Amino acid sequence: MSLQLPPEMKRRLPSRRAFLAVTAGAGGALVVGYYTGVGRARSLKPGELNAYVSIAPDNTVTIAAKNPEIGQGVKTMLPMLVAEELDADWSRVKTEQAPLDQDAYGPQFAGGSMSTPLNWDPLRRVGAAARQMLVTAAAANWNVPERECSTAMSKVRHDPTGRTLDYGALVAAAAKLRAPDLRSVKLKDPKTYTIIGRTKPGVDVPVIVTGEPLFGIDVEVPGMLYAVFQKCPVFGGRVKSANLDEVKKLPGVKDAFVVGAGAQHAFKAEGRTQFTQLMNGVAITADSTWHAEKARAALKVEWDEGPGRSESSAGYARTAAELASKAPDLVFRSDGDAARALQSAAKTVEAAYEYPFLAHATLEPQNCTASVTGDRCELWAPTQAPGEGRQLVAKTLGLRESDVDVHMMRCGGGFGRRLVGDFMVEAAWISKVAGAPVKLTWSREDDIQHDYYRPGGWHYLKGGIDKDGKLIAWRQHFATFGRDGRMSDMAGMPKQMHPAGRVANLEYAASLMPSSVPQGPLRAPVVNALVWVEQSFIDELAHAAGKDPLQFQIDLLGKAEVLPDGERGFDTGRARGVLEKVREVSGWGKAKLPARTGMGVAFSYCHLGYAAEVVQASVAADGKIKIDKVWAAVDVGRQIINPGAAENQCQGGVLDGLSHALNQKITIENGAVVENNFDGFPPLSMMQAPPVEIHFVLTDHDPTGLGEPPLPPAIPALTNAIFAATGKRVRKLPIDTGTLGA
Amino acid sequence: MRYSLHVNGHDHTIDVDEDTPLLWVLRDAMNLKGTKYGCGAGLCGACTVHIDGQAVRSCRMPIAAIGTSKVVTIEGIGATPAGARLQQAWMKVDVPQCGYCQPGQIMTAAALLAQNSAPSDDEIVAAMDGNLCRCATYLRIKQAVKLAADGTSASAVNAKGA
Repeated sequence: MSLQLPPEMKRRLPSRRAFLAVTAGAGGALVVGYYTGVGRARSLKPGELNAYVSIAPDNTVTIAAKNPEIGQGVKTMLPMLVAEELDADWSRVKTEQAPLDQDAYGPQFAGGSMSTPLNWDPLRRVGAAARQMLVTAAAANWNVPERECSTAMSKVRHDPTGRTLDYGALVAAAAKLRAPDLRSVKLKDPKTYTIIGRTKPGVDVPVIVTGEPLFGIDVEVPGMLYAVFQKCPVFGGRVKSANLDEVKKLPGVKDAFVVGAGAQHAFKAEGRTQFTQLMNGVAITADSTWHAEKARAALKVEWDEGPGRSESSAGYARTAAELASKAPDLVFRSDGDAARALQSAAKTVEAAYEYPFLAHATLEPQNCTASVTGDRCELWAPTQAPGEGRQLVAKTLGLRESDVDVHMMRCGGGFGRRLVGDFMVEAAWISKVAGAPVKLTWSREDDIQHDYYRPGGWHYLKGGIDKDGKLIAWRQHFATFGRDGRMSDMAGMPKQMHPAGRVANLEYAASLMPSSVPQGPLRAPVVNALVWVEQSFIDELAHAAGKDPLQFQIDLLGKAEVLPDGERGFDTGRARGVLEKVREVSGWGKAKLPARTGMGVAFSYCHLGYAAEVVQASVAADGKIKIDKVWAAVDVGRQIINPGAAENQCQGGVLDGLSHALNQKITIENGAVVENNFDGFPPLSMMQAPPVEIHFVLTDHDPTGLGEPPLPPAIPALTNAIFAATGKRVRKLPIDTGTLGA
Repeated sequence: MRYSLHVNGHDHTIDVDEDTPLLWVLRDAMNLKGTKYGCGAGLCGACTVHIDGQAVRSCRMPIAAIGTSKVVTIEGIGATPAGARLQQAWMKVDVPQCGYCQPGQIMTAAALLAQNSAPSDDEIVAAMDGNLCRCATYLRIKQAVKLAADGTSASAVNAKGA
């Protein structure tokens, strides 16, 4: 549960050992890569010290922002790392979205809360190396020893004489120097930081609030057509026939054609070939978005819906219940003897939990602008995975990757949706057929009905406690999606999932059913659902044992140690730390709460971060829920890089979790998604959003990311609070308030 | 059909179908990209503009229904005192995460402040509730609206313990 990424993404991650490589390029310029021996020479323009840093004569420092910006704040935060060690004057720093060039910049993607852990060390070294070159140039200019020079605010100072030189005056000389070895550059004492740890507002905020073009959907290319793409509502369905000739005659329509007929563009998912990422459908190109949409309204398609039509959410639930009554298909963890321990337990608790499919519903719907001419393709894409998207486009169009350019556009939300490059392939294909640049814009209906969904799941649990109230047995049977004896990636469950390793007799098992519904990563993939089940059931057992639920959690974690889990392991001491912090700040167990008001607690470890949350909620006599407040304690290491943005991100993660709990579900009927807009699939509204108080717990570990860790605990903290308020246990999401009345 | 449209203080002549939503007139025909498409059904507020000072969902407003009314978009709201204060407040509070909904949020807030210069918390929520923020920056949106309204609630946004 430490890192949940699609397998193709995992392969791209560098090992810790080989994260840096430096080569001297033409003219001695510094070029940085992340793989030993792969750092690639790149021609540098005047003013550039390396792939990241460019300094103008007027002392403006421009820093490349390497990763896609999806609202997680990396366009500001990653350049802060460079600027800090460069000793740049932040008020005169400009950040620019880097081109897609993973030889020069290392892995460029937004996923798995990995931007911070992968870049914390390398990007500071990039800044330090550039600073070193400027100091060397200044010392040579003054003919003084380098050790007599210091740097601050984009200037080098000769301390004995007080002379200064702007970086802008030194950059030409510095660029001629041999680049220092990144592994040996000296990094600052964190006590002297002036940028890291100070809130820096988002660099794009002035553009956002004045409405200038910025996002993928805002792209305009000369001669561009506007496209829509109608896919079969039933997953896997194909066009049999369509009234294309009629549609082509409609005002403003340039063309209407079937995409993907007779061609399979398979991609691997879940270790097997599952969906064509270029799905079959009808494309319409027109002279405006409105003309394209109007033409789509007149489009009549006869679909071959295929075998997917027989699937439904109700059918999955029936199958899950049948599977639960049989022996599991696979047992993927077995410690001690759970069956025997349950027999000898002083008390047992049995419960079934279920949660639905979920869509991402980024507010900016999927879109991409593509221009395919001859054997070249240029894409303007709001994507979280530009490299994967480029690969997919090259493969599907039969181009070389080097002939596909991807411009990373700011994304109106990501949440994992834009790790899949389906919209990029569609735009490229349509542009190729149209023979013109094309902006493909999905409607909201397309977006909700053709997602890569967080899969639903059904869990059957039995737990046992001994006469002292200690948890001695845990058996979990997970009815989920998969085949050939394997849970699918996004519907899986790691064998390290808590409380494994903390309960003497524990069995994790699964039974599998097939599904045609595309599955993908949703913010805190897998854990966003599993933690709700786990933390709810621990809460049930705490109450059964007559123990305080928060203390029961701490007792269950036991002594501080690092359990095997992913690269860094699960540190039970850090988990305990966030629980203790949230106990303190929430006043847990101290306040006398009104009737039908309760506090619930939950924690999780995911994506290298630890979060514990307490929700205080009141439930009215009619079952209506009011969330009074949420407290979150979050441990992502020793340094919060951009505190204001970090707080914002944590609050957003918590509130996103509450959306899952209160509002959202995707229903499959007849092989298609029922919900089609925000009325059926509403994100949390302002009215529903409680105050969320964030407390960071600083521990001596390298900093890690915040996009995902705060989300999972919010859901069980709320449902546990509802139990405390009403004595009613929520075992199905989203919460049905009709069951919570007095 | 040719239409004369008054947007952000200027008259423009546009040739579009009479049922074209104002949203797509602004974005495609006038290249004003600040007004965002989110749902096309008046459910999210990302496309909010002002028509004669009222906050309106431009995705549901056909151009033929606008007539001589004055349209103001996010690109023009900075010319009004409330709009300028809101833009400043949004920057000071550092409201956005992804930022996509924020033009619509600012437009709804500007209509509110034009009618009620000192809204209570409940009045802010009542006015703003139809504007969805998928990143859930609601706590900061409220803070920024208050800051723009009274200029005194510019509390620090730093998280504790950092």
